[in-house]
Amino acid sequence: MAFKEILLNMGPQHPSTHGVLRLKVALDNEVVMKVTPVLGYLHRGMEKLFENRTYQQITPLTDRFDYLAAISNNLGYLLAVEKLMGIEVPKRAQYIRVIFTELQRLASHLAWVGFFANDIGAMSVLLYGFIEREDILEIFEEYSGARLTVHAFRVGGVPTDINDKIIDMINTFILKLPKRIADIETLLTGNRIWKHRTIGVGVISPEDAISLGLTGPSLRSTGIKWDIRKDIPYSSYQDFQFEVPTSANGDLYDRYVLRLEEIKQSMRIIRQALDTLPQGETLTKVPRVLKIAPGEVFHSIEAPKGELGFYIKSNGTDKPERVKMKSPSFINMQSLETMCLGNLFADIVAVLGSLDIVLGEIDK
Amino acid sequence: MRELSPDHNIKLKENLAGRFPNAGFKVEENRGIVVIEASRSSLIELMKHLKEDAGCSFNVLMDLTAVDYLDKRKSEERFEVVYMLFSSTSLHRVRIKVKAGDGDDVPSLVSIWKGANWPEREVFDFFGIKFSGHPLMERLIMPDEFRGYPLRKDFPLEGQGEDYLIESILIPDKTKI
Repeated sequence: MAFKEILLNMGPQHPSTHGVLRLKVALDNEVVMKVTPVLGYLHRGMEKLFENRTYQQITPLTDRFDYLAAISNNLGYLLAVEKLMGIEVPKRAQYIRVIFTELQRLASHLAWVGFFANDIGAMSVLLYGFIEREDILEIFEEYSGARLTVHAFRVGGVPTDINDKIIDMINTFILKLPKRIADIETLLTGNRIWKHRTIGVGVISPEDAISLGLTGPSLRSTGIKWDIRKDIPYSSYQDFQFEVPTSANGDLYDRYVLRLEEIKQSMRIIRQALDTLPQGETLTKVPRVLKIAPGEVFHSIEAPKGELGFYIKSNGTDKPERVKMKSPSFINMQSLETMCLGNLFADIVAVLGSLDIVLGEIDK
Repeated sequence: MRELSPDHNIKLKENLAGRFPNAGFKVEENRGIVVIEASRSSLIELMKHLKEDAGCSFNVLMDLTAVDYLDKRKSEERFEVVYMLFSSTSLHRVRIKVKAGDGDDVPSLVSIWKGANWPEREVFDFFGIKFSGHPLMERLIMPDEFRGYPLRKDFPLEGQGEDYLIESILIPDKTKI
């Protein structure tokens, strides 16, 4: 049969594009020849805004980048600012930060499992994942008053200490979650249809992954063990025992198994942090007007979606000269075409779902 | 937790001085990270060396961005393109800076790292710095019809009146679809 290229337009309002994203797809019958993402539908000019806000005013804006993991963005930005200023955060605040960032990782991964399964056609998992995510959002609400755009941390620590009620809520949640994860595993892990849709699909080689700058679970699914929490610890992660799961095939199934394993490891970290929570201050004294001497810093953390870095250039005033966010979704999204080439058209939806993208972070 | 070797930065500086004795790089240390100021003409050679040499092995391009220093530096050094490299074997980082004026081309790194593609387009989109040798030097995030470069310091925060964009939606350019 002769080659006949078909051009298809997917989006900008396709339900499985996780936001407003347009894909221009070239097909040979049903086989993908080319995928060109068209970005920018959610662009809000954040980096321009940053240059016109003070350092403290930027923190709540970072919530709006990756809105499924707002706390991770807060932490990434604040650690960069604190490194630039040379502030030491109290130990208790560091532990509280770890607890909330890991809760946020659980929420992000639970939402991801749901969205991914929904993209492939297993809708009930989405509902199960969201029941548990709701509990996490209630913990955030109890702590800070907000559910999604939390603004949980401040420069120099955390604004309020955690009380017994929040600790109880977290403990109850941690006891309940393993059963729900087991439910999800029963539904998906051994499911023949699930395996058929995910095993051997969207494969990327470790060389391509490194060359494209892929990070996070997608990189670890190719067998490269690189987790910043373990390798270059920040915010007291060196105090906790946890494993960095990896696997070798680099396909969708591996990414799914890895994220479920990461959920279990995050629960371990939260349990240890609650058990060994040190006493003391939660906020160092920081001047009300932060004027940072000229300098520059790049600091990165392990966000749920990959390596999240902030490059900050200060100029001696209370506003930065430039803040650049290295967003994991933006870099991971680039690899979509490499993963999709040669696969079937229906697999684009599955591969896109497996990348765990948030358009707020890509379009800035 | 893998240990970082403490004398890595000294070795890296010696390695660079040995390989590029006459290049005139400005090498300094900033918060434990080596920062190299290179010229545009030597950038590709330097990056290849940093990636492939066994003593450097900075195999990951973590990020690249630009900073606009309008009225703070000479106009031919107005922009600074910053590259963040990382080594997945030694866990060290290094930062490379290149200065460029308005209208200057910076060599593209897509031939060395495929991942440089989108970040370079983003810098072009926001700053108007062109990368020579890039396979597709077009806007990435702003609309194709957009005028000006929003992250330049002389671009107003409140915008410059974008009514012309609506015209381009009403009368679409058929060649762009």
